[in-house]
Amino acid sequence: MSTAIAQPVERENYLNTQYGVGSWLLTTDHKRIALLYLASITFFFFIGGFFALLIRLELLTPAGDLVQADTYNKLFTMHGQVMVFFFLIPSIPAVLGNFLVPMMIGAKDLAFPRINLLSWYLYIIAGILMLHCILTGGVDTGWTFYTPFSTEYSNTKVIEAGLAIFISGFSSILTGLNFIVTIHRMRAPGMTWTRLPLFIWAHYATSIIQILGTPVIAITLVLVVAERALHLGIFDPKLGGDPLLFQHLFWFYSHPAVYIMILPSMGVVSEVIACFSRKRIFGYSFVALSSIAIAVFGFLVWAHHMFVAGISVYAALIFSLLSYSVAVPSAVKVFNWTATLYKGSIHYEAPMLYAFGFLGLFTIGGLTGLFLAALGIDVHVTDTYFVVAHFHYIMVGGALMGYLGGMHFWWPKITGKLYPEGWARLAALIVFVGFNLTFFPQFILGYLGMPRRYFDYSHMPEFQVLNVLSTAGATILGIGYLLPMIYFLWSMRYGKPAPDNPWNAAGLEWQTQSPPKTFNFDEEPVVTWEAYNYDEIDKAHPEEVHVVG
Amino acid sequence: MAGNVDALYIFLLIVTGMMTLLVFTAVIYFAARYRHRRGVPAEQIDGSTHLEITWTVIPFFVFMVIFLWGAVVYFKGRTPPRDSTEVYVVAKQWMWKLEHAEGQREINELHVPMGRDVKLIMTSQDVIHSFFVPAFRMKQDVLPGRYTIAWFHATKPGTYHLFCAEYCGTQHSGMVGDIVVMEPAQYEAWMSGGSTGPLSASGEKIFAELGCATCHRSDTQGRGPNLVGVFGKPVQLEDGRIINADENYVRESILDPGAKVVKGFKPVMPTFQGLVSEEQLNALIAYVKSLSNAGPAGPKTATAPERAPAPGNTGTKGTQVE
Repeated sequence: MSTAIAQPVERENYLNTQYGVGSWLLTTDHKRIALLYLASITFFFFIGGFFALLIRLELLTPAGDLVQADTYNKLFTMHGQVMVFFFLIPSIPAVLGNFLVPMMIGAKDLAFPRINLLSWYLYIIAGILMLHCILTGGVDTGWTFYTPFSTEYSNTKVIEAGLAIFISGFSSILTGLNFIVTIHRMRAPGMTWTRLPLFIWAHYATSIIQILGTPVIAITLVLVVAERALHLGIFDPKLGGDPLLFQHLFWFYSHPAVYIMILPSMGVVSEVIACFSRKRIFGYSFVALSSIAIAVFGFLVWAHHMFVAGISVYAALIFSLLSYSVAVPSAVKVFNWTATLYKGSIHYEAPMLYAFGFLGLFTIGGLTGLFLAALGIDVHVTDTYFVVAHFHYIMVGGALMGYLGGMHFWWPKITGKLYPEGWARLAALIVFVGFNLTFFPQFILGYLGMPRRYFDYSHMPEFQVLNVLSTAGATILGIGYLLPMIYFLWSMRYGKPAPDNPWNAAGLEWQTQSPPKTFNFDEEPVVTWEAYNYDEIDKAHPEEVHVVG
Repeated sequence: MAGNVDALYIFLLIVTGMMTLLVFTAVIYFAARYRHRRGVPAEQIDGSTHLEITWTVIPFFVFMVIFLWGAVVYFKGRTPPRDSTEVYVVAKQWMWKLEHAEGQREINELHVPMGRDVKLIMTSQDVIHSFFVPAFRMKQDVLPGRYTIAWFHATKPGTYHLFCAEYCGTQHSGMVGDIVVMEPAQYEAWMSGGSTGPLSASGEKIFAELGCATCHRSDTQGRGPNLVGVFGKPVQLEDGRIINADENYVRESILDPGAKVVKGFKPVMPTFQGLVSEEQLNALIAYVKSLSNAGPAGPKTATAPERAPAPGNTGTKGTQVE
């Protein structure tokens, strides 16, 4: 093995203890499983992204001229299903969470290492089923599977897609279960609840949702399959069912699922902002508890997706009111992050640029949520591009920015290599600009009345200019996503070796070597300090903040 | 409606614009002002309960204002005024079928008079659709198996987009049409052509053909309840509940008669599920309505419902002229 660019003697770590395919496919090391997940979700991210690209190209002109109507319907359906269930939901928890949760609390591994591997295999089985579904015709119900269209009218592979998502749900449940038990039972001595990094609080809240919410979508999809295959009257009025029942069940999971995507991202942002401001997070306990509040309130707002669906006026009033209650803890987080910057010592490394990006985009995404929760306005903008823009600001602007920020922040720990900082900053900038150019025009399109899921808008050619802007933005955004992919791969081979703690960051994960050994720590750490003790760190090692440059 | 929604929208733009400005200014100012300088360490600040309470409570009250305002606008938009002009909407993959109470039928195009409240009574033959007119800031999902109600009040003549806003299959984006708002005089002229008689009259014919009149007699001797003056009124059921006799109740009573039986009657009516089309149901409902609508038209008939409804004397017509 010629290690021309590596350290003189490569230390033993989780990557080089064993070689060969078998050592990966049968591993129970949480860090290796994290990398298995990283490879798999990256694969699905580019599939989902490819669908998005085709959607944007079709919408470049008002006429439906690039693909057939049915193809377009499958594209947006599978874009949603792949991105939500096979990328966003597993993204931070299954990759960064898997890698970091044990290390951050000073544990050797997750509580159930084999169940952790099982969850990846479930994900892979689900993913293969989804791929098979895509390659043999696909599905056209929209990712929302609304009935009775999905159960009685669609001629596509609804059952197969439903089963794929059903199985992926168990993967998600097992990850959540593993995190909850691990956080309760395996904290190192001295790692009390109030000393936990906020990343752990965020993952704890996420896990609660995964465990309580996911079974409901699983049951709902089973019911869809039952009505479609056996014509049991559950959702179709012609068979004596109720189509609104489906929407209640679907959103009971799928609204909290948004928090499965965004909460871990908020955890990342808390770590990054603290490190690059060299400060303890302002209002630690408020940020921690707001995660739990979001998880709890998130379960009480589902029917705000149904204000025009035919629910009673009074139900709508209650769900609108409750929706504002979930906005409060999100606002509290943003204010605390902002206050953390005050009198900090702020560095502008790539992870921090992503955190700034997150703050901006999540603020816009969150505030446009206020429009949608306002009943009178929701009637007009629901099911238009306003909603599309809003949830992309949260799920791509928020969740994905956090994911990318986290990947850059912990990349040296994961691979033991430094990524090229200049390229990374450039990519962060490109993503931010491309994202806004793609999705901001869609807010305007939505208020002007362009409905979502329209493949042909030749009836209203006045919408073309904004659509062209959006497609142009999507192209820039695509380049922004390809760049990290390229330089991350490049750095794995050619990157400079990373020190154990390149950011001089707080947190137990930085106290072990990069990349860590199989069981993370040579001896069990004992925690005697509070989270984010940047004053002590900087006193001990002044001016050692950013060795990456 | 559009004015109310836009006013709230502008209010929200201002409020959220200020919040965005606040956060962005603070982030950018702090990021620049406190950028890392050698020898200047960060100042550790643990937090402030006062600040936490402030930025929990103030947004909460702002949110409550938005909530209340939004609720008021919504409530108005969901409650059709009495004496609205009625249009029956049947949605199917992938077209809108529209039928005026006066009998005119249209497809993917709806002519309405300016300055009058128009109430839509909507159902779907297959999947869920959504009736969306952006210019009126109005949208309502259209469901199979039941009616949903919406209304609007057009103030300017012109042609406006009608979209299906709930994804409904292959030609979802082709399920578009036009709302043509006309000056009242033009509208009357348009209405005078092409009608086959009022919808309630076709309903009466169907009522007779299906033999409904055998039991639903206009005296107290029938095996079914007398339908005169029933529509829009509370009805007591066998199980003691009291429900409002609206479009959905009449529909259910035709398709699933045993579901809600009127007090004092036996569940002897057969179902008409599969025997009547959505359009025929609409006509029957228009007819049942016409048996009640004669009432509010004039004080003389209001107290004497049993002699009110000469069949075909449509109350809907009556409200039109006002």
